[in-house]
Amino acid sequence: MSRISEEQVKYVAHLARLSFSEEEIKTFTTQLDEIIGFAEQLNELDTEGIEPTTHVLDMYNVMRDDVVEPSLPREEALKNAPVQEDGQVKVPLIMEAD
Amino acid sequence: MSNFETIIGLEVHVELKTKTKAFCGCANEFGAPPNTHTCPICLGHPGVLPVLNRQAVDYAIKAALALNCDITRETKFDRKNYFYPDNPKAYQISQFDQPIGRNGYIEIEVDGKKKKIGVHRLHLEEDAGKLNHLEDGSGSLVDFNRVGTPLIEIVSEADMRTPQEAYAYLDKLKAIMQYIGVSDVKMEEGSLRCDANISIRPFGQTEFGTKTELKNLNSFTFVEKGLAYEERRQEKVLLSGGQVEQETRRYNDATKTTTLMRGKEGSDDYRYFPEPDIIKLKIDQEWIDRIEAEIPELPDARQQRYVEELGLTDYDAMVLTQAKTMSDFFESAISTGSDAKLIANWLMGDVSAYLNSNYKTIDEVPMTPEALAKLVKLIEEGTISSKIAKKVFKTLIEKGGDPEDIVKAKGLIQISDEGALHKLMDPILEANKQSMIDYKNGKDRALGFLVGQVMKESHGKANPNMVNKIILEEIEKL
Repeated sequence: MSRISEEQVKYVAHLARLSFSEEEIKTFTTQLDEIIGFAEQLNELDTEGIEPTTHVLDMYNVMRDDVVEPSLPREEALKNAPVQEDGQVKVPLIMEAD
Repeated sequence: MSNFETIIGLEVHVELKTKTKAFCGCANEFGAPPNTHTCPICLGHPGVLPVLNRQAVDYAIKAALALNCDITRETKFDRKNYFYPDNPKAYQISQFDQPIGRNGYIEIEVDGKKKKIGVHRLHLEEDAGKLNHLEDGSGSLVDFNRVGTPLIEIVSEADMRTPQEAYAYLDKLKAIMQYIGVSDVKMEEGSLRCDANISIRPFGQTEFGTKTELKNLNSFTFVEKGLAYEERRQEKVLLSGGQVEQETRRYNDATKTTTLMRGKEGSDDYRYFPEPDIIKLKIDQEWIDRIEAEIPELPDARQQRYVEELGLTDYDAMVLTQAKTMSDFFESAISTGSDAKLIANWLMGDVSAYLNSNYKTIDEVPMTPEALAKLVKLIEEGTISSKIAKKVFKTLIEKGGDPEDIVKAKGLIQISDEGALHKLMDPILEANKQSMIDYKNGKDRALGFLVGQVMKESHGKANPNMVNKIILEEIEKL
């Protein structure tokens, strides 16, 4: 029984901007199928009337005051950017198509 | 008249003017040198822990209350996942199914008709960085200063039926945000941004037609023009037997048209899930009451008060309350006891004309409300003529100062003393005896001529009412 198709794996890979060979896609399809199968055991539990858990910590309203703290020096902030120009990170031209 | 009804909904993003970003202590400041307000948290480094800015939540609640929304008492944040160079985390912290505010409305007025436009939801999220596209096409530069700035997204119901209503909605929304002080709402600085959804359907049809989304709407005028173009375009498509495609279109002001930006294919899949780094919020009545108490009188209430208590016309009251800065200026000016209608006339007339032609707002000129009030008083008391007042006004609005000092320094005080007026007028009347006789013989216009001569000779300083009176007395004596 297959819970996930190769197409779905390719789609998820695309969303994560990953590219795989056909062979890898086959491997991941089998592996993901097993992972989903494992997680499906949760469906055996009766969750009728139980609020979905959105957070594991039972805490509320943890906030900070609106007080400025020092930022990184620019050189430090950009240290990992391979291409820079005018104190900014240079990336391939990004324009939503006209 | 078209056979189609237009349906418009707007999505507005408003940047909150907190001192710091939404989840870290970096300064939230427009116009700083690129990449000088960043830290490991807003740059999305691994292992960091973002913590929510209390002020941002307060502002979001304030905005939701001012837009008549119900406040969601228990809410959370969610991750919206996408890749784009302006967003180093590859996700945006936003709110998916539990927005802070729901079911609100904004009241607008178009052509004297009032209408409530529903606010579907208002949620808190963070802004992305800014991409600067290089002219030579060699790439784009990324400035992360803006990344993590708190934003509220305000989604209207599809309640607007004309581009004019969309304009009025934005205008009112902007005014409300300004009054409650949560944002600078400057479209030119990107602190207010708008996307529009528009569809048309034959009158009488209940289901909506296919909508298109408009982007690149950089001013309220662009919103109105873009929608007006899109309304006609969709109608043409339908009338020629075609179908409107669901797509995103860009408004181009140079051609006054919209062009295809992207189709429905490749529509986004954001894979929202609850944000594990941000703790849930519980907003109790006490919190809501505290914020509610901070909300000042809003533009609608002010407008009504101006009409009912100050006797202004609906139109004047509406214009004066559109921008908080103008309305506050008016309030300060009348608090000195000067006549509200006269102050309103100056603001609507000479002041607005000056501001418009110089692309300035009232808080950017050196003239103070007290100075304008004093100027109005000087006219009322007859110290200066309204003609002289225009000269004093010019100095006031350009250089500031006290109108009394300007009047004294320039020797502009109105001549109302009868003796002084006679001294000035007698030779003029003597030289123009024929006009006096003409008037006596029924040529009414001759009086205007005589008054004009005196005003000219006095450089506008003679009190015109007195001049009139003296001339008539002299004519009687003939």
